[in-house]
Amino acid sequence: MSGPRSKLLLVGQRILHAVPALVGIVIITFLLTRALPGDPAAYFAGPTADAESIAQIRHNLGLDRSLPVQFVVYVRDLLHGDLGQSISTGQSVGHELMARLPASLELTLVALIVAIAIAVPLGILAATRPDSWVDHLCRFVVTLGVSLPTFFTGLALVYIFYYQLGWSPAPMGRLDILYASPAAITGFFTIDALLAGDFEIFKASVAQLVLPAVTLALFTLAPIARMTRASMLQVLASDFIRTARAAGLSRRKVLFTYAFGNAVLPVITTLGMVFSFVLGANVLVEKVFSWPGIGSFAVDALVSSDYAAVQGFVLTMAILFVALNLLVDVIYTLVDPRLSVPA
Amino acid sequence: MSAVTAARDSAIKRNWRHLVHVLGGNPLTLAAFSLLILLVLVAVLGPSLVPFSPFASNAAEALKPPSTTHWFGTDSVGRDVFSRVIVATRLDLLISVSAVALSFLGGCLIGSIAGFYGGWFDRISGRLIDTIMAFPLFVLAMGIVAALGNNVANVVYATAIVNLPFYARLARTEVMIRREAGFVMAARLSGNSGPRILATQVFPNILPPMMVQISLNLGWAILNAAGLSFIGLGVRPPAAEWGIMVAEGANNIVSGEWWLAIFPGLALMLAVFTFNLLGDGLRDLVDPQRRT
Repeated sequence: MSGPRSKLLLVGQRILHAVPALVGIVIITFLLTRALPGDPAAYFAGPTADAESIAQIRHNLGLDRSLPVQFVVYVRDLLHGDLGQSISTGQSVGHELMARLPASLELTLVALIVAIAIAVPLGILAATRPDSWVDHLCRFVVTLGVSLPTFFTGLALVYIFYYQLGWSPAPMGRLDILYASPAAITGFFTIDALLAGDFEIFKASVAQLVLPAVTLALFTLAPIARMTRASMLQVLASDFIRTARAAGLSRRKVLFTYAFGNAVLPVITTLGMVFSFVLGANVLVEKVFSWPGIGSFAVDALVSSDYAAVQGFVLTMAILFVALNLLVDVIYTLVDPRLSVPA
Repeated sequence: MSAVTAARDSAIKRNWRHLVHVLGGNPLTLAAFSLLILLVLVAVLGPSLVPFSPFASNAAEALKPPSTTHWFGTDSVGRDVFSRVIVATRLDLLISVSAVALSFLGGCLIGSIAGFYGGWFDRISGRLIDTIMAFPLFVLAMGIVAALGNNVANVVYATAIVNLPFYARLARTEVMIRREAGFVMAARLSGNSGPRILATQVFPNILPPMMVQISLNLGWAILNAAGLSFIGLGVRPPAAEWGIMVAEGANNIVSGEWWLAIFPGLALMLAVFTFNLLGDGLRDLVDPQRRT
């Protein structure tokens, strides 16, 4: 079997592996919607409804049918992108979520990039100089990162950088009220502003983005830095690194070509757990910074008992999580040199 | 019988000496252990220690910065923040400890049976656990609380469910590697039944790694529960709880009244930090390589 073709096959296998997870997610989300306390029909009908209109709504919602039939209807609606109606906004949940998804994605991706950009060099430096100040700094940052509640970090940063220093704008959403949002192309304000050539809006949206992204990144970089350090330490102690050093290869070549290339694989596998934390912490950070993403939409929906919206949010986040993990799996398959050698 | 008691006595003594040895050897673990005792004392005695009632409002004293009377200042209705932070310890620890206890029990039961017997139970429970892990955990906890109803008991259940996979997976692996061990064979040959071997021979041996998991997990459980109450799930005002206190103080941050959110946040951080440090220390305690 040739190299590229077997890689393609492996990628296909990875994609197939995501299917059971998706099926499980859909089943759990369905059970969550049907586990609502009390009678959903009575809830949707409102407090003043009589028995007849409740029965009518129950029929309209399909709640008078058997659970398997309800499940089939649920899956059919999902395939049409129908997640039900949001009571608080009156719009369809799918529409509401899609309108807010770019805001959440922009925040999450920027935070992830910041976290990786800080954590990986920090981990490498700590591993190459054990017990130096960099190593202690790394350990300190890692311990702090896992102990600090994201919502607390966010508020502390707002107090310092907005109230005390006045460096950052008010923590109120993606763009100051003075600016009109750029024409939506990607939905990412920073990229859209650049595409429109409007640097003032670009600067304003970056200014809004810095604090929430840093808050999220602080929480995220801890597991990445710890894994990078551990994985680099292990690789640096191995025989082939000793051989490479003995052969007189330059320090840079040994460190980056040989050590890092091998150490990066376990780091990629831990990214799955990191995504789980990031997507959860994202909700809290959006709430702190009034970021108009799907997280703060879900928090508002929770407060107003808007169940369809909450369940739609849970489903969207789970699918996003599976998609991110799949992406990591595919990258891993393409990066791992061992997988291109036919067994 | 007396020989057994004596053996147990000396085992306790040995463990105690080992504990003292480990605590003495690692000042960080000693600090974490002292902090834990402090936290537990505050949780138990809290309400009788505080200078003010955590619920007594006083409009004349609203939004006062920290002073000698009000160490952590007062909130928007004049309640003493210090008293509220202290009293909140009990509720926060109670939520996370009961959630972790439930995950531990459920995880041990599912994981042990799956690891010991394998077969269809292993496959089904494995699939279920994979499905739980297919969700971002905090988001799943939100969904569970929304579905079961917004109260403290359901926050405990939700936190327990999202943590269960870690315990179940660990218990399964630890039981599996001991399933064919010599002492299990010996117990089987002397006529013990499967469940009896699992309960009396295998299970006690998987407890040390499970204990480490618990203390590493407690910090995360506190963060998770406080996060849920921060977004308005579970604990209702005017109850004193760190997450909801940070949420209540969040609006005052932009107008400079930092003490409302910062002090409960610091308390939360201290508790999480304590459990994380203790988890690392406990790993040293049960690690057989260090135990000589």
